[in-house]
Amino acid sequence: MINRRPLVAFLLAERPDNLLVVSSLGSSTWDVTAAGDDARNFCFIGAMGQAAPFALGLAKAQPDKRVLLIAGDGEVLMGLGALATIATEAPANLAIVILDNGAYVETGGQATATAVRTDLELVAKGAGIANSCTVRDESQTEDLRQAAYHAPGPYLATVKVVLEALPLAFPHSFDGAVSINRFRDAATS
Amino acid sequence: MTESINWHQDIFDVLRAQDFSLIAHVPDAGHTPLIKMCEANNEMEVVTLTTEQDGVGLLSGAWAGGRKGVLLMQSSGVGNCGNALALPAICRIPFLTIVSMRGEWGEFIPWQIPMGQGTPGLFESMGVRVFRADYQREVGATVEAAAQLAHNTRQSAAVLLSQKMIGAKQFKEG
Repeated sequence: MINRRPLVAFLLAERPDNLLVVSSLGSSTWDVTAAGDDARNFCFIGAMGQAAPFALGLAKAQPDKRVLLIAGDGEVLMGLGALATIATEAPANLAIVILDNGAYVETGGQATATAVRTDLELVAKGAGIANSCTVRDESQTEDLRQAAYHAPGPYLATVKVVLEALPLAFPHSFDGAVSINRFRDAATS
Repeated sequence: MTESINWHQDIFDVLRAQDFSLIAHVPDAGHTPLIKMCEANNEMEVVTLTTEQDGVGLLSGAWAGGRKGVLLMQSSGVGNCGNALALPAICRIPFLTIVSMRGEWGEFIPWQIPMGQGTPGLFESMGVRVFRADYQREVGATVEAAAQLAHNTRQSAAVLLSQKMIGAKQFKEG
């Protein structure tokens, strides 16, 4: 099992200039923010289920940029159909890292379906994302980072992370318009 | 007197003129001619969604990347978009959708009534500016006005294509 916060910091530590990061609401956003504020990050604080379609739209609009979606298992489970759309559209520049702790941490740690029988690697493969894997061990994280930066997309990795409630780390603004304005300037420059 | 205006073409012309290049949809018969025109155009890309709400996120992400798009759906899909509409609302992302209405004019299927009748209220409750086209001759101008408002003032806007204008679908036995 892997600790999510140092993992996210590691994943972003050597980010290429053209890497745009989208994070889903809750823990994933706190993890990305804790790794350091960056205009090339767009961090959801709501609209659960929309981070994956957002990342797809961004990847289609900016084919020369790399898009990395960092999302929780609860977020992805809310919009499994988006995996089918991503597989169909097959953006070569989109990577998805799911931080899978098997729980809805923000709301008290209730179990998600991945804590029972659902396997998101297989769900993604079934949806048509052939380049889908599960990461369980620290020894795989350098390969994961290289894949997040460079693997032909769509790429999806489900990372089994420790179930832990970590300190919140808020993005630079809770005002969505402020956040998207800064991000859009960075994404389109 | 029956109107014979190619209103699908009018919508297409407005979308082209305003540089909309990403066409997201969950299929509906009312939009089929427009979808075919978009698929045939090299400047446009058509994305078929599994649920309408994903169109809200998809187009928001596209806008963040500098690309304009529109969501085509039937009124039955509007309810699926509820919480997703928080994204363009709170980020003031321009969002445009064109909705083919059911459940409001000569409807045959009872199951279409609740969401068809609830469509304007749902949009209004989520801060989406609602435009309506009741006649074929006003479709192009209505879409043009809604698209301009959405992108010039960074609002969400919906054009409702009334069932009276589209024509109620009839199912007959035998």
